[in-house]
Amino acid sequence: MKRLFLAFLFTGSMATAAMAQSAQYMDAMTKQTADLDSSSTFTPDHLLEKGNTFERIANAEQSQWLPYYYAAYMQVMQGFMLKDKSQLDPLIDRAEVNLDKAESLSPKNSEIACIRSLVATARLTVDPMTRGQMYGAEAAKQLQQAKEYNPENPRIYMLQGQSLLFTPEQWGGSKSGAKTALELALTKFAAFKPESNIAPHWGEPYTRTLLTKASN
Amino acid sequence: MSKFNLYLYLLICFPLVSLAQNKVTGKVTDSKKHPLAGVNIAIRGTYDGATTAADGTFSFTTTASGDQIISASFTGYQPMDLKANVSAFEPINIILKNNVNALRVVTISAGSFEASDDKKGTVLKPLDIVTTAGAGADIVNAIKTLPGAQQTNDREGLFVRGGTGYETQTLIDGMLVRNPFSTSLPDIPGRGRFSPFLFKGTTFSSGGYSAQYGQALSSALILESTDLPTRSSSSLGLSVIGINGGVDKLTQDKKTSYGVEADYTNLAPYFNVVKPKQTPNLGPEIIGTSANFRRKTSSTGMLKFYGYGNWTKMGFNTNSLEYPGYMESFKVYNNNVYTNLTYRENIGHDWHVYAGASFSINTDNIHTDTLLKNPAPTLIKVRSTLSQSKLMLYKNLGSFSVIRFGGEYQYAIENSSFNDRTANYVDNYTAAFAEGDIYITPSLVGRLGGRAEYSSILAKMNLAPRVSLAYKFDNYSQFSLAYGDYYQKPEPQYLRFNNYLGYMKATHYIASFQRISNSYTFRTEVFYKKYKDLVKTVPSYNNSGDGYAKGVEVFWRDRKTFKNVDYWISYSYLDTKRDYLNYPFRVQPDFAANHTASLVYKHYLSKISTNLGLTYTFATGRPYYDPNLPAEKFMSEKTMTYNAVGVSASYLTNIRKAFTIFVLSVSNALGNKQVFGYHYSSDGLRRNEITPNVPRFVYLGMFMNFGIDRRQDVLNNL
Repeated sequence: MKRLFLAFLFTGSMATAAMAQSAQYMDAMTKQTADLDSSSTFTPDHLLEKGNTFERIANAEQSQWLPYYYAAYMQVMQGFMLKDKSQLDPLIDRAEVNLDKAESLSPKNSEIACIRSLVATARLTVDPMTRGQMYGAEAAKQLQQAKEYNPENPRIYMLQGQSLLFTPEQWGGSKSGAKTALELALTKFAAFKPESNIAPHWGEPYTRTLLTKASN
Repeated sequence: MSKFNLYLYLLICFPLVSLAQNKVTGKVTDSKKHPLAGVNIAIRGTYDGATTAADGTFSFTTTASGDQIISASFTGYQPMDLKANVSAFEPINIILKNNVNALRVVTISAGSFEASDDKKGTVLKPLDIVTTAGAGADIVNAIKTLPGAQQTNDREGLFVRGGTGYETQTLIDGMLVRNPFSTSLPDIPGRGRFSPFLFKGTTFSSGGYSAQYGQALSSALILESTDLPTRSSSSLGLSVIGINGGVDKLTQDKKTSYGVEADYTNLAPYFNVVKPKQTPNLGPEIIGTSANFRRKTSSTGMLKFYGYGNWTKMGFNTNSLEYPGYMESFKVYNNNVYTNLTYRENIGHDWHVYAGASFSINTDNIHTDTLLKNPAPTLIKVRSTLSQSKLMLYKNLGSFSVIRFGGEYQYAIENSSFNDRTANYVDNYTAAFAEGDIYITPSLVGRLGGRAEYSSILAKMNLAPRVSLAYKFDNYSQFSLAYGDYYQKPEPQYLRFNNYLGYMKATHYIASFQRISNSYTFRTEVFYKKYKDLVKTVPSYNNSGDGYAKGVEVFWRDRKTFKNVDYWISYSYLDTKRDYLNYPFRVQPDFAANHTASLVYKHYLSKISTNLGLTYTFATGRPYYDPNLPAEKFMSEKTMTYNAVGVSASYLTNIRKAFTIFVLSVSNALGNKQVFGYHYSSDGLRRNEITPNVPRFVYLGMFMNFGIDRRQDVLNNL
């Protein structure tokens, strides 16, 4: 009995030692990903801070794609909020470094392709007149790629809807098209089961906001 | 289970509980001691860290203790790692250095206006070239709104800083284009032969250009063709003067693309409605075709082919100045073929190779006749062929510096006949060049180079040194200087009759200041150009002509002050005199105006999906010679000032799946009278004004695109 207990204790503590890292990781990531659907997160300062935090977790772990992915997501969203667009390219360069690391850990990932699409859109905003053609095509290409990797990812249709909604009609935008895409996104959200509680699951409330806009 | 075991278990399983917390504080600044906010501070290997506050300070707790690696990273700055004892409770002060990115690196800019999509700050974007109202999507017409260029709209070519159109050379992917303009009729300039959409980068250099380029006394127009398209597409265009269509195909592996385009232009129906000053007697009719092939041969290698062929026929009747009551007929048949093949590759160890070959042929058959009058009609034939090859090697030194050297060879056959008389010659031209862009610091660069040339027809060699220097004060402002010698062979029409002529020479001195921010561009340049050995035709052909040009130029562009509005203003002051051809002494030549200014305005109305453009150009009068005046009054008279307002509007829509644009553009919308000079009869009793053939040109067209989204291009093609 005693031996059995010792054996149990031994294996238990081994597992715990391994889990300790993981528990710390899970704790930190759960905390950091909990408020990704909250509008209070989306201020330049918060995004910067969260991006930094995800980067610290990513650099400490080095073998997890999620913190790199989230760091890039925070940085690209911060990019959209920049007033001085000349600061955008260096920031997006940084986001792309994180995406490259995420992709090397998790290739052919639909979620990463979605952020790459956002990256292209962010670069476009610096100078839509001259960058529109190149980055518009790139953004669409990445979403197409995301769909090939996993057509069930609701964020693809959310981003598609967003792009259709905010693109002027003469450039190919369409409110009705946006509505269709966003409604599809919502059905996909309803069916979507994230792999864990720290895997990407953001976007549903934002999709609803967009849908209200598209329906007006 | 004993209590001891439980404690043991807890101790093993929750080791963190027992560890102490250390508080880490500090401050991050840049090298000028300004606090940096938003810096990511981390203890390596842990999650512990913080983001610095507005005053650059940070503070966090950590379970780590003793010596640790603290890392600081911030966008736009070099990341930094330093060792510190986190248990010491000592503030950690960190200084981050600026990242030297392309934006902060100085580039050589004296004399040149660059339009490219690269991230570094350029004065113009490629689309700006074609968005200019009144330019009719002609590259050279758009360039004419930049400082340094003259409004010489009665002759073809770019007249820059007191130079003639011949003194400007056009290059595509580094290879010379001998006849970039369609053949012109007397007093009617020819348009550029190629579509502006083929180019991703355009550099207009009004002086001080690199040793890579030779045989241009005044200016170089350097065009760089686009790389692979992002998608396959096809297009169709219809207008009051013609139709065009094209297909561009990108292969499945996205490594190869090829395309063909064809256009047909016929101005006769238009001229039936809008009667031109001169009556058409042939065409005007143009058939154009072009083809391209591009292949990415490796991750760094690119092979490009571009070629075009144009067949033009046009002719006009005018009232004879020499023989009142009679008509003068002038007809021209032009065939032009140009091909260009280039290859670039990185051959390792920071060495790159560029190789290019090009062949072109241009034939003009000109018939002139004073109708119903002897003598017999005159038939002029001019045929030029040019084969050229160029090889260049370049190597990057460190992050920014580069050295280049290479050589080129051109074989030209110039044939001409005037009725039965012929005058032909052949020229073998060889050149070698070497040049280095040496960065002393990222904000200070010097370019030192030279070019040596030999032409067999002149049987002479020349050696041209070129030097430039640029210094960047801050992220936005820079100051540049340039000096260089430039040589050029005399024009074929003189060379074919006299083989003893030598090179013409110009020496450039340029100082320039520019400030480019996201929303504004300001630029000013002063220059002095000295001409030597210009061709004189009187008393006999010789090289004793000379002259000078000096001036001040200002450019201002503002994309921010007015919403949805982008405008630029350019102004050039030019003081130039030259003694050349049949001039009796140094005078201001008949192609130069003292003051030239342009305003280019673009306004986008998103509600009605319409883009409006307006270009206003002004130039003071140009000199002309009235033969009734004594010789010492040569070129003493001046024409009226030149005013032109071009307007354009384009409406964007979809017809089925095709993106469609309707374009209306009007040149000289206000119908200002424009007189470029006068022709006198040989007895001096009668004169004709040199004016545009049609005072106002109205263009209405539609453009449809299937597949690739080129609407942005088309929108701007006004």
